[in-house]
Amino acid sequence: MPIDMEQFKATFIEESLEGLEVMESVLLEMQPGAADAEEVDNIFRAAHSIKGGSATFGFSDISDFTHVVETLLDQIRAGEREVTQEAIDLFLASVDCIRDMLAAAQEGFEVNLGQVAEVKAGLDRILASSAGAPPADAGGNAPERLTENSDSCAAAWRITFKPFPDMLRSGNDVVRLFRELAEMGEIESLVDLEGLPALVDMEPEEACLAWEVTLRGEVGREQIDEVFEWVEGDCELDIRPLHGSGEAAAEETEQAAGPEPASGAVQAVPPVADRRSGEERRQTERRKSRGAAESSSIRVGIDKVDALINLVGELVITQSMLGQLGEDFTMDKVERLKDGLAELERNTRELQENVMSIRMLPISFAFNRFPRMVHDLCGKLGKQVELKMSGEQTELDKTVMEKIGDPLVHLVRNAVDHGIESPETRQAAGKPATGTVHLNAYHQGGNILIEISDDGAGLDRERILAKAIERGLAREGDNPDDAEVYDFLFQPGFSTAEVVSDVSGRGVGMDVVKRNITALGGTIDVQSNPGSGSTFTIRLPLTLAILDGQLVRVGDQTFIIPLVSIIESLQVEQKQVNAIAGSAELYKLRDDYLPIIRLYDAFGLDPDSENLEDGLLVVVEGNGLQVGLLVDDLLAQQQVVIKSLETNFKKVEGLSGATILGDGTVALIVDIGGIIQLSQHGVHKHAGSAAA
Amino acid sequence: MDVAEQIASGLDGNSEVDGSQFLTFLLAGEEYGVDILRVQEIKGWNAVTPIPNTPEYIRGVINLRGTIVPIIDLRRRFGLEPVEYGPMTVVIVLKVMREDKSRVMGIVVDAVSDVYNVQDEALKPAPDFGSVVNVDFVQGLATVDETMVIILDIDHLLNSGELAVLDGASEEE
Repeated sequence: MPIDMEQFKATFIEESLEGLEVMESVLLEMQPGAADAEEVDNIFRAAHSIKGGSATFGFSDISDFTHVVETLLDQIRAGEREVTQEAIDLFLASVDCIRDMLAAAQEGFEVNLGQVAEVKAGLDRILASSAGAPPADAGGNAPERLTENSDSCAAAWRITFKPFPDMLRSGNDVVRLFRELAEMGEIESLVDLEGLPALVDMEPEEACLAWEVTLRGEVGREQIDEVFEWVEGDCELDIRPLHGSGEAAAEETEQAAGPEPASGAVQAVPPVADRRSGEERRQTERRKSRGAAESSSIRVGIDKVDALINLVGELVITQSMLGQLGEDFTMDKVERLKDGLAELERNTRELQENVMSIRMLPISFAFNRFPRMVHDLCGKLGKQVELKMSGEQTELDKTVMEKIGDPLVHLVRNAVDHGIESPETRQAAGKPATGTVHLNAYHQGGNILIEISDDGAGLDRERILAKAIERGLAREGDNPDDAEVYDFLFQPGFSTAEVVSDVSGRGVGMDVVKRNITALGGTIDVQSNPGSGSTFTIRLPLTLAILDGQLVRVGDQTFIIPLVSIIESLQVEQKQVNAIAGSAELYKLRDDYLPIIRLYDAFGLDPDSENLEDGLLVVVEGNGLQVGLLVDDLLAQQQVVIKSLETNFKKVEGLSGATILGDGTVALIVDIGGIIQLSQHGVHKHAGSAAA
Repeated sequence: MDVAEQIASGLDGNSEVDGSQFLTFLLAGEEYGVDILRVQEIKGWNAVTPIPNTPEYIRGVINLRGTIVPIIDLRRRFGLEPVEYGPMTVVIVLKVMREDKSRVMGIVVDAVSDVYNVQDEALKPAPDFGSVVNVDFVQGLATVDETMVIILDIDHLLNSGELAVLDGASEEE
């Protein structure tokens, strides 16, 4: 029966990537020396699942590679090898390789075989070398060593087998397992009746016994594993080789939780995940694969879905109540109608909040990649940086999070590369050799704030100002305040770095960062203290689909200007207006000259009056420029839902979308950057021209 | 055959009849038809929000139950004399296909006429008219009751000119 493997393949890749994340975070914490059993177990299980799953789906290259990783991990887990820095580094490199291979399998492009071969060679080399014995004072943690060749063959094994109550339901039969063991050698077994309930309470389909089996004979570990393969996830299993004396190694129960037998769906949620989060269900997203495919699914906690169902239920009740009222409505029922409408408003608002929260995920998904990145950067740049993160549980919209990832990466890179000084410089300045980069996220009002701070050298105001003057962005003798100086950083191509490294310094980053953040409707601020560090603060709205807007009237049409772009609004004073070359108009606002854009002209409408003084000037910022938009009147401020023009029509220059006002009519949302570009190119197609 | 018989024959499941059904409408005295499967709804005229810097024939957009839908005036599109809109003005909301994406758009017409079944063989290709209506927009000509009905290819019509979504070369009309 052909099973649709595509869908399962996607799940497998998703879960393998999760497993790799687990591996990576454990590896980053790991110290060379004797291995912490739990840590090694976690990594081993992740690798084991990936190996099994990839074999099922025919990704033999992944499975072969992971097998080598797993073998080494197994040795470490069994206590035959201790963890060396080299091993940790190789494991981290293998995580990268496996990620690449998964991405290649998903997107269908070629894997970087050279890199894979290199890592594999490294792993093979370690495997071939003799196992290092841990120091004698490793203490009770380290399990006892095997003096003979590792886990291949032993004269005797002690197997402790305790099936979970449901094991029999999956069709497994304990008797058969014993029969197979008996075929391999001599067995003696001791049954543990502790779990046996009273006869009245006993469920015939539940397993309640446990056994301790001693198997004697030339049996390989793998053979025993094979016998128990089908029940791996459904029992407690401990397989230990016995020395001649019959002494078992120190107490260590394994909870095996490998993938379910390859018959279809790969369903296993890594148990580590459950232990870590502690909550029943986790929301997670598929990580972006290197082909930059955007994730199109989201996991939602079932409590959120239940809340949604309840709210919709209440909405239905309110609707039928209003429907009934409307049946034969008389004026004396007006009060009840008003109550009903208030109830409806409450229901709709709760429903809206709940639905929006479904798209919200904790920011930890964006923060997750930073420990590894900082670790790698430190190695590359020879710096010592400790990364602290707080507020990882702060939630934000999934799409916003996907788009904020790159800007954050850039800022963290900058902090490590330019912010934090080298250990020597730091010590000379009396600071600890290890610098700190702190990522913090929290809610404030309707926004989420993300702070990236470092305790490095801070921004060099003088150098920035000098560079700005050099590039013509400021004049000699100007005395801009700190905020304005730091703003220069966000200009395209701006960089005070003397040496351009491949990490940063090319000066293409910060303006892109600012543009991306502005595209999300957010802002970015810089605070800095020379010698003690800098803090970049990103402020983002909690959702993309809703905008705080200022309604303005131009002629008989209503437009919306995003509140976040508005700097101020004022009445025009004719004497502050200067004209250039007869056409462009500039308005002198304090010390700056702002170009005036007459919106009625840009939009081909008839204004109340063409006289500047009769209108209002709305000073806005877009694309790093400030301009003044001439409108007839300012109306209310309200939150509007952004509706796409492109769905049924197409992208229009100068407009970023449309919205539906309370009276049902459509109002267009002005795109500040677009309007500025339109006016700069002098393209003013009036509505009168026919293209037919 | 009168209209009733036509419709009746269509209704008693003669789907072996190789034909299609068309909704016809009047525009400046001429009868035009569109594939009925593309007609989403027919509504009256409501105030429209104009979109800046678009040609006259794109009247603007309306709110159709929460979606923004553009409205095109066919008279102006065809270069015919435009008329005042009144309570009798009709907007036909159509589903327009472009590759495998669909868009919803409305066209303003003088009046809605009827629904006709037209056999595939009865649909004749259009001769080159010259100026008024671009031949690309006409799928064919049909004769119903001795009246000529111009069957429009709305995908071509409503994806061209200013309505084209530029992802390469735009269609010049």
